[in-house]
Parts: sequence; structure tokens; C-alpha cells
Amino acid sequence: MSGQDPIAAFRVEAGELLDATEQALLDLSHDLESRALIDTVFRGMHTLKGSGAMFGFDALAAFTHHCETTFDSVRKGLIPATAELVALTLAAMDHMRTLVDDRDGSSASAVGEDLLARLHALLGNAHASAATLSDGEEASRVGPAASCLGHQSWHVTFRLPSDALTNGTNPLILLDELRDLGGTNLAVDLSAVPPLDELDPTQCHLGWALDLPASVTREEIEDVFIFVIDDMELSIEAIGNQAEAVGTSGDALPASEDLPIKNSSQVVPVAEARGSPLSRPASESVRVPADRLDLLMDRVGELVIVQSRLAQLTSNGVSGPAGELALRSISEEVERLANELRDTMMVLRMVPIASLFGRFRRLVHDLARETGKSIELETDGESTEIDKTVSERLADPIVHLIRNSCDHGLETEEDRIAAGKSPSGRLRLSAQQAGGEVLITIEDDGRGISRERVRAKAEANGLIQPGQVLSDSELLQLIFQPGFSTASQITNLSGRGVGMDVVKRTIEGLRGNIDMTSEPGKGSVITLRIPLTLAIIDGLLVRVGNGKYVIPLAAVEECLELSLEEDIRSRGRSMIQLRERLVPFLRLRELFATGTRPDPYQKIVVIATGGERVGLVVDQIIGSHQTVIKSMSSLHRSIPSFSGATILGDGGVALILDVVQLVALGQSHEERLRAAG
Amino acid sequence: MSNILTVDDSMSVRMAIRLALSGAGHAVSEAADGKEGLDRASSTKFDMIITDLNMPNMNGLEMIREIRKLPIQAGTPIIFLTTESDEGMKQQAKAAGATGWLVKPFVAESLLKVTRKVLGQ
Repeated sequence: MSGQDPIAAFRVEAGELLDATEQALLDLSHDLESRALIDTVFRGMHTLKGSGAMFGFDALAAFTHHCETTFDSVRKGLIPATAELVALTLAAMDHMRTLVDDRDGSSASAVGEDLLARLHALLGNAHASAATLSDGEEASRVGPAASCLGHQSWHVTFRLPSDALTNGTNPLILLDELRDLGGTNLAVDLSAVPPLDELDPTQCHLGWALDLPASVTREEIEDVFIFVIDDMELSIEAIGNQAEAVGTSGDALPASEDLPIKNSSQVVPVAEARGSPLSRPASESVRVPADRLDLLMDRVGELVIVQSRLAQLTSNGVSGPAGELALRSISEEVERLANELRDTMMVLRMVPIASLFGRFRRLVHDLARETGKSIELETDGESTEIDKTVSERLADPIVHLIRNSCDHGLETEEDRIAAGKSPSGRLRLSAQQAGGEVLITIEDDGRGISRERVRAKAEANGLIQPGQVLSDSELLQLIFQPGFSTASQITNLSGRGVGMDVVKRTIEGLRGNIDMTSEPGKGSVITLRIPLTLAIIDGLLVRVGNGKYVIPLAAVEECLELSLEEDIRSRGRSMIQLRERLVPFLRLRELFATGTRPDPYQKIVVIATGGERVGLVVDQIIGSHQTVIKSMSSLHRSIPSFSGATILGDGGVALILDVVQLVALGQSHEERLRAAG
Repeated sequence: MSNILTVDDSMSVRMAIRLALSGAGHAVSEAADGKEGLDRASSTKFDMIITDLNMPNMNGLEMIREIRKLPIQAGTPIIFLTTESDEGMKQQAKAAGATGWLVKPFVAESLLKVTRKVLGQ
């Protein structure tokens, strides 16, 4: 939850509401007749307007009002939902986002006016009159009219509606209020009370009469009865003046004051900072389902019980085999609880990937319009959960990949028909969980990647030598090299000046990796493998010389023994044969210059990433280790081969090996050896 | 101090209500939709219930009708929040058994005024 600031909470909520409404609009664009979707859009606007006004977002409320009115007309069947209306409303929603960020909306009022002008042009003059805040709302803000004076006092008689008691009205409280206004001479009218056997005790049968001083206004008296005035008998007579009958009034409480909620010193971002709807600021709160919190509470409860067991044991003294046994049982219990707490905690940070995917529907919609291509987006596995931070950091890379697919991958309608494909291009976004990782694939059925063009470009940019022999996967990997993407390639769409190398770096920064396959003429598939969480990993603890290191377990393929003879035989080549494949290996002892003698029986840990394998020679494999990742200090961050550090049970520090870097290093060794013949 | 339930699908509105009421010394419970509101009202006696009408799962009207059937909430004042300027919604809510209403947007002041009015404090 975002603390105690309702304005911050409103911003988060408005963002979610806009997202949901936008989804409904996008769905509506495919099914213009759907009542349910029109209702959803209307409801979204309605809520946004209502809460916006509550928190002083007047510009937002006023602007949203127009869109709400429009959709109210659509809802009532007065005007049809059209593709133009949906497109315009989507643009209007972007403006609403600006107004959510910028409360007074001064920086973007021209945009708003332009949108409204277009909206009105679309609707025609029929709805131009609905453009101002509705009269009812204005009326409720008008202060009470001046009361008539010049009389001695008021005589008030009233009888509450018979269901007043069941509806929660307490006559005693009303009488208290009247007393506070200075009421005197109270008399009760019992005439309508039925005989006891017919009496329904839940009904109100009494009537009252009293006098009030002239200093009280009629409005103040009516205000006492505001909630029941429409359904009750009430007469307010001015004594010493002409008697007046009472009409209905009192529509609402005055609500014209400004919100007393302070806007503190929030920095309101300027509208210009938000280029596209995708640059939404990350919300800082996480919504947690209650049952997950309950689970956490259970675990913490168990922990407290174990703690008291431990306290009891230590005060009794741990001695003898029985004491040791008890201590061991507690230790096991704590271990189990620590694991469970870790898992529960991780789950609290998880959000469904749907929130991320949802943004891309709009992106694809816009891209299709801009490129004039017809693109169908399919999504799958939206309920897959992923760490919130990871999800946010994934947005930009995936945007880039989708832009690439739409811009370079998918063909125009004519080209597709000429190639014997369906006229609209298919873009598929899917997510699934596999072990401790989430696999996200971005798949298109476009023209695929032309190897010749990649090669030509890489040669032109000096990434490879002309005529250099490369495997197909190596050739595709070139796309991710820095310096591959050049300005000449950047169009309006993918023109963010970001190359695929940045995408790759971002993904690797999340300890994930990126893989690509492509079949010319049939399309491309990009697979991102992202760990579920950033904070804790399962690791393999190894020893090299006197130092301990952690290898992320997800990357470990197998562990082998490197016998002394094999070690000597492989010297100079640093390759081992692994089921018909030669795998290069790195001697970590030499790489880290430990200066120690190797253990007689060294081990090789084979790690793999992106289809490439490398063996790491270590002195000892200690075992699996729950690794809480601590980032490296800024001094050490630039050292390759390490991605972080962790603290061991004995208080020592172990460095976490950077699998991607080490595999790259191993591969380059191999290439050097190959080049040397 | 009164025990007040606020039912609204908007977290920010609930928060604003909670801040205003707890500032005035009331204990505030929250529910995010009509169904949850009815659940809470079935098990706990509240001194007052403040609810939105326009909510998913179970709308406010339906919830008010159901709460009025609960013996435990006999006579509990129910205030509904409304942005509707037409009388129709207000009449429907009153017919469903609501005690009074508060027009959105409202300020903390008006909320407290209604609360005082209904609770008599």
C-alpha cells in the first residue's frame, strides 16, 4: 500500500483504471456492438471523474466528463460506437494520464481543447450542449437562499416516514439536533400509535411538534431532515408571519470548498516527460491478495513458536544427547521456516504478467495504425507471475522487440498476400513459468531475418571479417552486438536510438538471457528467459583455492570429475569431450590467480546459457546454497565474471559468478584456439 | 468512537474516508466491493456503513438490500456515495433501505458532518 497519501493512492488507482479502460476500448474496437464493453468504458470514465474531483484533480474531472457524456450517449444507443470514436477516446485517455500526473493540467490544456474539439466534431452538434458540467452538479454547489426574516419564531411539526427506523434513521438524534438549534416546547403526537396487538415495533408511529427561535433559518431546519425530507410530513410555520408550506429541497450537502488534503511537496512531472503511454512511471505499491498475507502471518506465527522453544531449551541448558536432539529438531524447524518464509515473501512481490502484456496491446494497435499494416496480437499465459521489479524492467526491452517485429518483421498486407500468407500479420506474446524462470516469447510470422543482410551489415560495420565462417546461431547473435544497429536502419517506429545490444544488456542485467531463432519467409521467435526473482537464487557453492564462489544453479548442467591424467592431457587445449561434443573449460584457479596448488581431484561444473556450454574447473564442490544476492560496491561493479556477492552461514563472503560473462569468455578462448589451429 | 465500515472499489476513496474518520477518532473497516461489504456486515455489528453504489461483484443497491435483512445490522445507518445528479439513483437507494447520502466529490468536512448527523455525536 502506498502509505497515507490519498493523492498518491489515487494516482496509482487512476493508472490502473486507465489501463483497464484502455483494454476495454481496444476490445471494443474489435466488437463495436458489445454492451458490456461500452458499459465498462463508461464506468471507468465515471469512476475516474468522480474520484478525480474528490482529490482536487479538477482538470481531469472536467475533461473526463466529456468522454463520460459521450459514452453515456453510446450506452443509451443515441450514437454508435465507431472505430474513429475509439481511436479518439484512446488519444483522450493519454491526455487523462497527463492530467493524472499534472493536477492543474495547465501544461497541456491546448491538447485537451484540441481533443474536445475533435470529439465534438465527431459527435456533431447534437451533443455540444452536454459539454459543460451538468446543471444538477452546479446547482448542488449553490449556497442556500436567504431565508425570510421578520417573524417571531418557528413552529415545526413532523412525522417521520414509517420505515425510518429500519432504514437507520434515529429520531432521538434528530431531536437532539433540533434541541441544539434551540428547540423548545416539544410535544409528542401519539395519535397514530396502534393498539399493542397491532403494533409493529420496527415502524415509527410517533409525530412531534416543537418551537424553534427565529434566529434559525428555514434551511437549517430542513437540513436536520435532509435524508428523510422527501418521504416525511413536515410543516415549518413562521409564527407571527404568514404560514408557509414546505416544498422539497435539500438536494445535497454543499460541496464547494476545496479539498483539505494537502498536496505536500510532491514533484509533479511535466507533461512533456511522458512521450508514450508506455513510459508510465512505475507504481510503488504492490497489491497483495489477502490469503497470501495470511500465509505470511502463519509462518511468522510458527517462527515465534520455534523461538520460544529455543528460549526454553537454552534456559534449561543444552546438555546430553536429549538436549542435542532437541536443538537439532529446532534447527531443522528453523531451516524449514526460513525456506517457507523466503518463498512466501517472494510470492508477495509477484504480479501477473498480464499487467505488462496489457500495455503492449495498445502499442501494437498504434503501430498497426502508423505502419498501415494489419497486425493481430495474441497473448498467452497472462496469469504467469513475475517479480514486480522484473516486470517493470522488462517493459522497455519488450517494447523494443515488438517495435522491431512490427516494423522490420511483419510485411505489408500486399506483400503478405503475394507471399501466400494471410493478409494480417500475427504477433504472439506468451509467457510461461519453467522452474525458477519465466519464459517470454515474442513470435511473428513475418519475413524472418535475412542472413545475407545481417552478414552484409556486420561486415560493413566491422563486426566480422569478410568471408568469416559463422554458424547460423552465431550469425543471428550478431544482431545483439553493440554497433550492429545503425542510424540508417532506424525508422520512425524503432527510432529510439536503441539497438538490440541494449535489449540484451537489460535482459542480462536481470540475470536473464535472450535467444532468437528465425526462418526466412516464415517469421522469427525471440525467447527471453528471466529468473522469477532478483533477490534470492539457488546456487551451487564451490571452492577455488581458498575462496568460495556461488554458481547460479539454474545455469548448472552437470558436474564432472577432472582426473589428473585428463587434466594433463587436456593442457594447452582446455577442452573436454562431453557426449560427442567438445566443451571448452576455464580453470578458475588460473583465471582468479589464486596462487594455490590444485587439489588432486578437480571438478568441472558445466554451465550453459543461450545454447553454449562452458566448463568451470574448481577445487571442490561444496553443495547447493540458498543465495541472497547482494550487489557489488560501485568500486567492484565493473569487474566482469562476478555478478554479485553473498554472505555465507559462517559469516564469510562468496562471490557470485556471472554465468553469461564466463560463457562468453570460454567461447572466446575456444575461438582463439580454433584460430590458432 | 464508532465502528464504521466503508465499502468502495476505489482504494483512494476508501483511504480518504478512513483518514477523515480515523482522524475524528472512529474505527474504520474497509471492503472493496458489495460482496465483501456484505460479508463483513454479516459478522460484525457496525455503527454506520458508508458505501459506494457503483461497484463490481455486488453493487451498492443490492448490498444495502441484503444488509437490511441482517438482524445484526438492524437500524444501522447506511450512507451511500453518489455522483449521480439524477434523482433516480437516490430514490432507488433509499427504497433499498439507505439512511442518507453523500454527493461525490465530497470533502472531509462534509463526511464528518454526515457522520455526526447520523451517529448523533
